[in-house]
Amino acid sequence: MSFISVFDVLGPNMIGPSSSHTAGAVNVARLARQMLEPPLARVEFTLYGSFAETYHGHGTDRALLGGIMGFATDDVRIRDSFAIADAAGLKYSFIPNFTETDVHPNTVDIAMTNAAGKTLIVRGESIGGGAVRMVRMNGVKIEFTGEYCSLIVVQRDIPGMVAYITEAVSRRSVNIAFMHLFRDGKGGTAYTIVETDEQLPPDIIQELRAHHGVDDAIIVQA
Amino acid sequence: MDFTSAKELLTLCGQHNLPISEVMRRRECDLAGAEPAAVEQRMRRALAIMREAAHQPLDNPQKSMGGLIGGEAKKLLERRASGLSICGAVLSRAMTHAMAVMEVNASMGLIVAAPTAGSAGVVPGLLLALAEVYDFTDEQLLDGLFNAGAVGYLAMQNATVAGAVGGCQAEVGVAAAMAASAAVELLGGTPAQSLDAASTVLMNMLGLVCDPVGGLVEYPCQNRNAAGVANALAAAEMALAGIKQHIPFDDMLAIMYQVGRSLPAELRETARGGCAACPGLCQN
Repeated sequence: MSFISVFDVLGPNMIGPSSSHTAGAVNVARLARQMLEPPLARVEFTLYGSFAETYHGHGTDRALLGGIMGFATDDVRIRDSFAIADAAGLKYSFIPNFTETDVHPNTVDIAMTNAAGKTLIVRGESIGGGAVRMVRMNGVKIEFTGEYCSLIVVQRDIPGMVAYITEAVSRRSVNIAFMHLFRDGKGGTAYTIVETDEQLPPDIIQELRAHHGVDDAIIVQA
Repeated sequence: MDFTSAKELLTLCGQHNLPISEVMRRRECDLAGAEPAAVEQRMRRALAIMREAAHQPLDNPQKSMGGLIGGEAKKLLERRASGLSICGAVLSRAMTHAMAVMEVNASMGLIVAAPTAGSAGVVPGLLLALAEVYDFTDEQLLDGLFNAGAVGYLAMQNATVAGAVGGCQAEVGVAAAMAASAAVELLGGTPAQSLDAASTVLMNMLGLVCDPVGGLVEYPCQNRNAAGVANALAAAEMALAGIKQHIPFDDMLAIMYQVGRSLPAELRETARGGCAACPGLCQN
């Protein structure tokens, strides 16, 4: 957050009851949905810590489901998100996990399957006041917040990939604010996350995907 | 135009002969790079949401998600209508609106966090009540919100507004400080009087713990929002009467923050102590 705005004090405008358990849950799911090609067919939410203990009373379940359908934190449809998901044919389930306790108190794993049968599991944390961070992708530790335009490249862990990605970004005159590289193991699957000051044009996705070492490339923003 | 302390805020008000609300407006435009009209429009939207939430449960009370609250605002309204209220015109209205906002929040309705969801009733409660009694215009209410925003910003900048960090004093306490300061400006007080009122509130709510039953933003949160407007009103009255405080707002924020961090974890939103530990209540 660059500065504390008057609208950080008088805001967010949100569906209650809790900025961390409701608005933050919406925001985690909104980021998650952008990480897998639509349309989404099935989603399973695993809730940890305080999320697991209080999700019903905080409407965390409705908030997550609303967020996965793209609703914003102030969208009054969140209260009815079960019925809306049912009508849209989206399958969903919620599993409280009380055994894993070594996690941030407001953590959720979101396992998504799209209509093409592709799957993705991401983990997000609601860290207060509606702010969130995504911390895992298919079990690999990653980190981004959605505060910046975020390019996520899923790639093979082979030489030259970072240069290839940054060259594509720089050719579009977009400034890189932060860049992080994560991998599940040497020579395995790697995740490059590039957070940029300006919006990245969507055509970069096609270019990056054309490379034989790239499995997927997506742009995510809060 | 920017400030990071109440002292700097008062200096800016003095130098430019501006109320707190206008300094906060200019700060927002300068730092966000936003047009004044856009900032005003966004605050107008916040006011509209606040007004809707402060009124909606008076006609249509809703049971909360956790089932602990619902219908309290309507009861207060009915008591005032019967002529039996012992709180007077402003306070009885302010409590009604504050509790109404918390009912909306707890039933997954639309609110404005001010500064948090758990304290969202205080600022709209007091400002809307004052508007009803003193016929303030929406323009004046927007001034009040920018003034309140300045006080809340100082708390976020230099202390905390998170119950998990500082207890309820950091949530409802700060919200009441914001409301008190705004009320003073609306009623013609000086910037120094506004911040004296804010300081008084934090002093009087010092140490208030965050102990939500079942971990839910319902009970005692809703009651405390009503208590918050009462504290704000008392503090504003004192400041407008010319009563000065020995502890400046900057110091009072530091004191509140220190006290908050000394609270045991059981009393900071973990639902393991205080009212939350009362046997026989909803354990969710």
